[in-house]
Amino acid sequence: MANIVQFENVGLRYGTGPETLSDVSFSLRSGAFYFVTGASGAGKTSLLKLLYLAQRPTRGVVRLFGEDTVTLPRKRLPGFRRRIGVVFQDFRLVPHLSSYDNIALPLRVAGIPESDIEAPVREMLAWVGLTDRGKAKPLTLSGGEQQRIAIARAVIGRPEILVADEPTGNVDPDMAERLLHLFESLNRLGTTVVVATHDFHLLNRIPTAHMMRLDKGQIHDPTGALRHPAGSTE
Amino acid sequence: MKFSLNPAAPDRRLLDRSRRARAMSWIMAIMLFLTVLAGALGLGMFAARGSLDRQLSGRLTVQIVEPDAAARDRDTQAMADAFRKMPSVKRVEVVDRERLAELVRPWLGDAGLDPDLPMPAMIDVDLSDGSDAAVSRVAQAAKAIYADARVDRHAQWLSPVRSFMTTMSWLAAGLVLLMATATAAVVLLVARSGLDTHRDTIEVLHMLGATDIQVARLFQRRIAFDTLLGGLLGAGAAMGLVAFLQSRLGLLGSEMLSGVALQQRDWFLLLMLPILFALMATFAARVAVLRALGRVL
Repeated sequence: MANIVQFENVGLRYGTGPETLSDVSFSLRSGAFYFVTGASGAGKTSLLKLLYLAQRPTRGVVRLFGEDTVTLPRKRLPGFRRRIGVVFQDFRLVPHLSSYDNIALPLRVAGIPESDIEAPVREMLAWVGLTDRGKAKPLTLSGGEQQRIAIARAVIGRPEILVADEPTGNVDPDMAERLLHLFESLNRLGTTVVVATHDFHLLNRIPTAHMMRLDKGQIHDPTGALRHPAGSTE
Repeated sequence: MKFSLNPAAPDRRLLDRSRRARAMSWIMAIMLFLTVLAGALGLGMFAARGSLDRQLSGRLTVQIVEPDAAARDRDTQAMADAFRKMPSVKRVEVVDRERLAELVRPWLGDAGLDPDLPMPAMIDVDLSDGSDAAVSRVAQAAKAIYADARVDRHAQWLSPVRSFMTTMSWLAAGLVLLMATATAAVVLLVARSGLDTHRDTIEVLHMLGATDIQVARLFQRRIAFDTLLGGLLGAGAAMGLVAFLQSRLGLLGSEMLSGVALQQRDWFLLLMLPILFALMATFAARVAVLRALGRVL
């Protein structure tokens, strides 16, 4: 399996503050499932921001789909972003749009004709178990329902990578398991999945998943307890 | 997100309609109301100046100030005959004594009718062409008969009025430009404020792979629509007011003021103002949004 993401000595600093990420190097293989773990403030969200192109690193090289995104012209970023699905911890659904319209957003952004949008959106609503909630606005949905809509929106464009930042942070354990199941089923279809979580209970739910542990902005695996440590080329 | 004229198109719903957006339409209505009034003033003054030029450029009055009534009448008649023979002269009319008495009545009262009162004779002359050469030929013919004859060009008497009309035309053009600039400034502010209001939505759109042009298009379409809606409302009200004033002006029966009346072409130009402003607002919104988005990743 080829590497879909490669980080080489990546550093990230916000303004003049200390480095949030320091000398981070790893690679992600296409079609694999990854957990990024670490305590709050370890740099998980910053790492994911680099992955879904919301930030550029201060130093180092970030290769995505074989191209260096650090030197990538700004006008080429949308094309790359369309190949990445993102699930935010706070959902980031557009509040005045219905669930249906929120899910349809990536397809509309990609210029898919309206006639070709309804079927995949209905399919996604069914996949996340919210067939009858298509017309509901996000504020009328529960946290778990909102997160499932956010996942449906992230995957409707059949992204090559799905990045989820603490996707289970705002839902109960049952819902967390259901969400994880959705990620796993997506991964089985070939999508590379990267899930950031500080919930160690989730890690054992997917035995085949690779794990990367972040601590104070650096990738660590000092105990060797985690499977497939960072930089592993297995 | 493709361009659609359908008001219910899904991309129209991406930016929710805030109270601020409705305020934009009202601001544009007021701006266009004032712009159309200024435009109407400018076009009216421009038309009046043209009408004044057409009416007065070839119109002269020749005065014969001769105390001897018999000599004055003889010279007047000779001069009128000479003028009538000139090819560039369209009309010659000797102003009769009663008409002259009427003209001086405000100052002399009925004394102007006294036949012994020495009054200058006057001949109104209309030329087919108001050029200096034609006027000069008439003046030479007049002076050949009566050396002290005075030739007055009507255009010269009314040159301060013409100059005032020119000033008003330029002032109106300046006002239209000023309003256009103010409109562009309002649009820039609205676009920037819209970017702040919809920051979260824009961020999500960016993360989903929307290009700056796609995001800018959402704003420019919204602003164009609000400007056009408000503009048509304001322009309609202003044009109604102008039409009302024009009808009142017509009732005055003044030859000079009738020149102020707007022609069909002028109405068309005024109607184009909201469309031009909407186009300008669209462009300003596009520039503002693209510049702002260019500063973020």
